[in-house]
Amino acid sequence: MFAFAYAMVPIYDVFCEITGFNGTTGRVDTEQSYAVDEQRKVEVSFFAMTMGGFPVQFGPKVHSMMVVPGKFYTTSYIAKNNTDETVIGQAIPSVAPTDAALHFKKLECFCFNRQTFKPHEEVEMTLRFVVEPELDKRIKDISLSYNFFKLDS
Amino acid sequence: MTTATTIEATHDDHHHGPEKGLMRWVKTTNHKDIGSLYMWFAFTMLLVGGAFAMGIRAELLQPGLQLMEPQFFNQLTTMHGLIMVFGAIMPAFVGLGNWLIPMMVGAPDMALPRMNNWSFWILPFAGGILLSTFFMEGGAPAFGWTFYAPLSTTFAPDSTDFFIFAVHLLGFSSIMGAINIIATVLNMRAPEMKLMDMPLFVWTWLITSFLLIGAMPVLAGAVTMMLTDRNFGTAFFDATGGGDPVLFQHIFWFFGHPEVYIMILPAFGVVSHIIPTFARKPLFGYSSMVYATASIAFLSYIVWAHHMFLTGMPVAGELYFMYATMLIAVPTGVKVFNWISTMWRGSMTFEAPMLWAVSFVFLFTIGGFSGLMLGIAPADIQYHDTYFVVAHFHYVLVTGALWSIIAATFYWLPKWTGKMYNEKLAKIHFWWAVISVNVLFFPQHFLGLAGMPRRIPDYSLQFADFNFISSIGGFAFGASFILLTYIVIDCIRNGKPASSRPWEGAKGLEWTLEPKAQYHSFNTPPSRKLIKAESQHS
Repeated sequence: MFAFAYAMVPIYDVFCEITGFNGTTGRVDTEQSYAVDEQRKVEVSFFAMTMGGFPVQFGPKVHSMMVVPGKFYTTSYIAKNNTDETVIGQAIPSVAPTDAALHFKKLECFCFNRQTFKPHEEVEMTLRFVVEPELDKRIKDISLSYNFFKLDS
Repeated sequence: MTTATTIEATHDDHHHGPEKGLMRWVKTTNHKDIGSLYMWFAFTMLLVGGAFAMGIRAELLQPGLQLMEPQFFNQLTTMHGLIMVFGAIMPAFVGLGNWLIPMMVGAPDMALPRMNNWSFWILPFAGGILLSTFFMEGGAPAFGWTFYAPLSTTFAPDSTDFFIFAVHLLGFSSIMGAINIIATVLNMRAPEMKLMDMPLFVWTWLITSFLLIGAMPVLAGAVTMMLTDRNFGTAFFDATGGGDPVLFQHIFWFFGHPEVYIMILPAFGVVSHIIPTFARKPLFGYSSMVYATASIAFLSYIVWAHHMFLTGMPVAGELYFMYATMLIAVPTGVKVFNWISTMWRGSMTFEAPMLWAVSFVFLFTIGGFSGLMLGIAPADIQYHDTYFVVAHFHYVLVTGALWSIIAATFYWLPKWTGKMYNEKLAKIHFWWAVISVNVLFFPQHFLGLAGMPRRIPDYSLQFADFNFISSIGGFAFGASFILLTYIVIDCIRNGKPASSRPWEGAKGLEWTLEPKAQYHSFNTPPSRKLIKAESQHS
């Protein structure tokens, strides 16, 4: 059972990936094509947070977008380092509602890697995503939030 | 040759009793000695944890901060919880198990007596390490007994590492105790005693032992991950490194939910002995009691996330954990109905053990019902982390687990000491405790429903009246333990001699022994006839 406690770590990761539990978002590697219903619209809202004394200003370029499920969209977040030091950070995404997390897929995201911000540098970080048409018809709004954490090295 | 004669020489000495002096208690491998050590240790810890609770209630007597810094208040709530769970309730049940299980199954001692000694003697050190954190820089752990990450990893005082070590030791002790009980019940049971002849206290402890062996290593895993997160750069619970603080709650409650049944199943066993005795009827539904206990134990492993309804679970998860939780009410209800049916049309008398047992049934069921309310996912959004939760788990742990321990103490005290306690004082003590405990905890339901959060040293003015009542009840309840201490010591020193079966309707192999059970009992196993005659059921 001691080993089981440790086994829960990978089990939990796989479980979150399969179910979208905990708002875990998915990832696609290529711009695959989906059956698109042009009439259907879903509103995606973008949020940003910083944690634990992260000294970089960080926010979405646009606060919300109307998207057609099955089509790829590009938007971006802007980060400005106001300090005299180089800051390294990692963004952790989360999608609500959880039922939507499973069908929110990212092709390109600044959260895939750690980001380095040079002193007084302002960067625009792109995000390319698709909402899959398999998304439950009852869901009309999706919130995507990023939480930036400071890394020490 | 010489060794052979020495062994023979010791074997000839059939009447050897305990060793003389203090070393008896350090070196003892006797289940009765170790049982007493456990009980006294648990009682000491109960008084220490109770003193912390008095501090908490004194601060909460009035709104505003009067006596202590908020940080110290948080240390008190944390240590109160840890000491009561790991220092008082669990060792008390292991102590009862040590004293009673060998006598109940007709065995001369526990199966692994040296390990038994070791599993007790770890405890004072673990408890000492835990309590010593109060005197360290940064103070004792202040993150609540549930020690959620990142509060217990990133933001915790340095003394947390001592807390982790103490939890490891307590876990070792519990696991060794559990192994010992399983080995005793399965290997040392009188050859003529079938599993379904066993008294319910033995059954509930056997099942509890499996829960301990399943759950405690998971706790050890959780604190080990904390340890490496804090000191060795891992990131199990740190989102920056790809970990997840919610994972901590999953691991913790995967241990934590079986843990609450570890603390209540032996209580069910105790009550299932006392009620038939004083109702002078066989226990109603013996086999359904056994199956219900086993069902509760199984279900306890698959409901843990009902403690986490507010972590953002998908609706399907909330529904599953809600229904699974409701399911536990079925076997628990079977037990409550069986106790009531045992009393039905019985020739009841209300000596102290029966008073405690009957009030256990009543008050534990109140705690069970508030538990069902908390298990309803949509309602839990309102109740979560309020005083309603505090009221709930104190009803099941104080008027549940602790009540059964006090009931068991009065019930078996004649067998342990050969003397009777003062019945009149015991009744006064009972009514004092049962009234004050309700004054203490019942208003906390109202505070919780009105929205007072738990673990805070100060509160809004609208909560003042109920907190005042609750604190007054708390002081009265705390004082009742002075009387309890007096009654027990008075019994040991000046009690009138008891008969070997001081309770008219009592059944069980332990009552066939001398008034004060000898140092070594059941050197020859009891016969089938005796086992049948002393069985709880016909």
